[in-house]
Amino acid sequence: MQFARVKPRASAEVAFTIDGRPARARVGDTLMTAMLLNAPALRRFEFGEGARAGFCLMGACQDCFVAFVDGSRVRACTTLVSEGMAVLTGASDG
Amino acid sequence: MAEPRVVVVGAGPAGMRACAALAEAGLRPVLVDEAARPGGRIYQQPPDGAGRPARELYGLEAAKATRIHALAPALAGRIDHRAETLAWNCFADALDLLGPGGPSRVEFDALVLATGATDLALPFPGWTLPGVYALGGAQIALKAQGCAIGRRVAFLGAGPLLPLVACQYLEAGVAVAAVLDATPFLAKLRGLPRMLSAPATLAKGMLYVARLRRAGVPMFFDVRRPRVEGRGRVERLRFEAGGVEREVACDALGASFGLRSETQLADLAGCRFEFDPRTRQHVPARDAAGRSSRRHVYVAGDGAGIGGADAAELAGERAALALLEDLGLSFDANRAAWLEGSLARLDVFRRGLEAAYPFPEHMVRDLDDATMLCRCEGIAAGALREAAIAKDAGEVNRAKAFTRVGMGRCQGRMCGRAAAEVLAMARGEALGQAGRLRAQPPVKPIPMLPGLLS
Amino acid sequence: MSAPVFDVAIIGGGTAGCAAALALRQRGMSVVLLEKGACGAMASGTNFGGVRRQGRDFREMPLATRSRALWDRLPAVVGEDCEFRATGHIKLARDEAEMAELERYAREARDHGLELSVVGGNAVRALYPWLGPKVAGASLCADDGQANPRLVAPAYARAARAAGAEIREFAKVESARWTGSLFEVDAGPASARARRLVNVAGLWGGEVAGWFGEGVPIRPLCPNMVVTEPLPYFIDRSIGVCGGNVYARQVERGNVIFGGGRGWGDAQAGLSRPRADVARDAMARALEILPQLRDARIIRTWTGFDGEMPDEIPVIGPSLSTPGLVHAFGFSGHGFQLGPAMGEILAELVADGRTPSPVEPFSIGRFASAPPAPRLT
Repeated sequence: MQFARVKPRASAEVAFTIDGRPARARVGDTLMTAMLLNAPALRRFEFGEGARAGFCLMGACQDCFVAFVDGSRVRACTTLVSEGMAVLTGASDG
Repeated sequence: MAEPRVVVVGAGPAGMRACAALAEAGLRPVLVDEAARPGGRIYQQPPDGAGRPARELYGLEAAKATRIHALAPALAGRIDHRAETLAWNCFADALDLLGPGGPSRVEFDALVLATGATDLALPFPGWTLPGVYALGGAQIALKAQGCAIGRRVAFLGAGPLLPLVACQYLEAGVAVAAVLDATPFLAKLRGLPRMLSAPATLAKGMLYVARLRRAGVPMFFDVRRPRVEGRGRVERLRFEAGGVEREVACDALGASFGLRSETQLADLAGCRFEFDPRTRQHVPARDAAGRSSRRHVYVAGDGAGIGGADAAELAGERAALALLEDLGLSFDANRAAWLEGSLARLDVFRRGLEAAYPFPEHMVRDLDDATMLCRCEGIAAGALREAAIAKDAGEVNRAKAFTRVGMGRCQGRMCGRAAAEVLAMARGEALGQAGRLRAQPPVKPIPMLPGLLS
Repeated sequence: MSAPVFDVAIIGGGTAGCAAALALRQRGMSVVLLEKGACGAMASGTNFGGVRRQGRDFREMPLATRSRALWDRLPAVVGEDCEFRATGHIKLARDEAEMAELERYAREARDHGLELSVVGGNAVRALYPWLGPKVAGASLCADDGQANPRLVAPAYARAARAAGAEIREFAKVESARWTGSLFEVDAGPASARARRLVNVAGLWGGEVAGWFGEGVPIRPLCPNMVVTEPLPYFIDRSIGVCGGNVYARQVERGNVIFGGGRGWGDAQAGLSRPRADVARDAMARALEILPQLRDARIIRTWTGFDGEMPDEIPVIGPSLSTPGLVHAFGFSGHGFQLGPAMGEILAELVADGRTPSPVEPFSIGRFASAPPAPRLT
């Protein structure tokens, strides 16, 4: 996981999945935070090698779009994580 | 005369002060803002549920942040606040909006654009690796999400945000691997005389540096040739300082080199732009009150030119007073004069900051052809340089058409400045010659049929 | 005044003008081209990018057939392929009446050397499973395709320059006249004199013709275009529909470009803007034929200035008032594919006084009794 939680949250837990694997975050976490507390990256870069894990965290760079299993996509840094979200990062290994 | 329809875009310090002044005058402005809660970036409020005190979130700026946030309940019922709403187009005296309720359109008789700024990114090898974030991004992670971007974080920058964010991470208990200033130490001394015009602000900046030193955080100045390395993620940062090649182990890097104004709506509103050699940016032409070249369109805050949060508050209120005056409504001329005087004084400090943190041209000069410049489309700096010469593309929109730089989802926010700098340097021309990326609607990506899909 | 006299002056730096400059240089003539902005910034650079014979007025077919061969030769002529891909073009029918229209056109097209293959609903879904359910059939022109309009005219301009043509950009022509022995073209410091004059001034071609007493009615046409973010590649044909209210293509990088309807333009001010309401209508129609776009995000909309003639076919051919003047403008939204051939045809008209391509139907004379074009600039 890339991010580290340094200010614990008192809010309720949120259960979601990343590439089918269970993951946990807290109410008030953005999807980006939630994913990066559980995984090293958000998506594969579509025009070359490597993964992307966001950059600006403010909805400007658009590098943090992640896909749900139903094909829809959201900007992870401006979307709050919610119960049952099923995201795909395209990572080849688990 | 029917009640004039006034719209303010942006609920940061500039937009909030503008709304307060307009509401005070009996108008009911529409306030459009992308976030759920006001505050903009610098005073960004965490999503509900954080419960952290203002002192912890905003440090020495806590009082200012709290005052801005307090404007919202004070104005409740007196303004039409469209939260979580993106203004994605401006045309024919109307804004196209996209909010939680779907798409809408709001017409205006007068418009205040307080659209703020983003980090100024410059490319360097490895900057797209997972674990590299903009300095502002690193700050947002901590402030709005209570998270660090890594466990052993290095910071690289060319502005006052560098020591501030590093210090915030230090105080949060995160291991700070190094603080790397891409500008020379001597530049700080050059900026000192003007920065003394705002001694409290200067003292804060020096305090951050002192805390970092006391904690033994390695600090370097005039850092050159930064390179991030690692297998699929950040593992170390290499750089040159003092003529010596160095290396810092880290698992994350916060790196950006100042701020850049968000001017897309001003462009779409038809405002004339000027190149400001001081800040190396094209910004909407404006008078001292914030009037743009377009009648009844006003620009205030960092979205009109980087000036900081204090200046944004003053500029927002000043623009509102100009708006009232231009609509033929009564306004406090003495207050307007005082605001302009205060802005002029703050500008002295701002120029000191600019001298203390000059634009790191070496980042452009040392940028090798293979390094990715447009991170959305994956275009290397070399492709841009080639187009600049072989295809005579010295202007950014032309270069964009030929190379795809700026054609990605970020619409040139992260690469546009670097592209202009690279083009100008490749052709030996002044930076202003490279022009600026033309705004095209939507100013941010929008879904295909917003709100109409079941 | 000791300024040189060129063999040919060309007003307009779109694809046709730049291609003509190259072709004339290759015939050994001295050429100056004057373009008010940057070459290719107007209609040549702001169109959909369809390289298409299907659907044309049959009077254009010989020109389009001639031009199609030149698209394959772009790398040899201008040094790059401008992203031309012969993906084929399918024109969709959304009901039985439109199917009949496709079949009618296909029958007549054969007589003009255009082979089309028309398939009905079941076959179309088997061939193109990504098409929406409302598609009743399609007509395929297998060797039509698409290219990147931003690249073509600039590539011709570079090739023309390399061949020795003088290309003057940001050189707006204010007026021109025939003195009895020369054409004088007023463009401030970029002014020029020439023995022959080519009017390829696009939307402003009607005004230029007016300077020579043969103004024609031409109106702005601003195609409203929408571009999505990059998406996984799935649309392997360029797409149009009967009636033309939506058209779409996907570039290799993955962006889907689609259009339909008109944007806003003030030709006098030189300002054009895409319209949000028109874009939304086009989005709705695009989603009907391409339902997979539902999760896509729009990242760009744009428009530009093309010139439209009342009868939707261009003006091409010699001036009827002034010997030595040749016109080619008003391509009414479908000039992109014709650009390369127009270069050759214009060179033939200028140098030889005639062209083997049948351009009589496009004569400016068909507007002889029409009111002159309003001044646009």
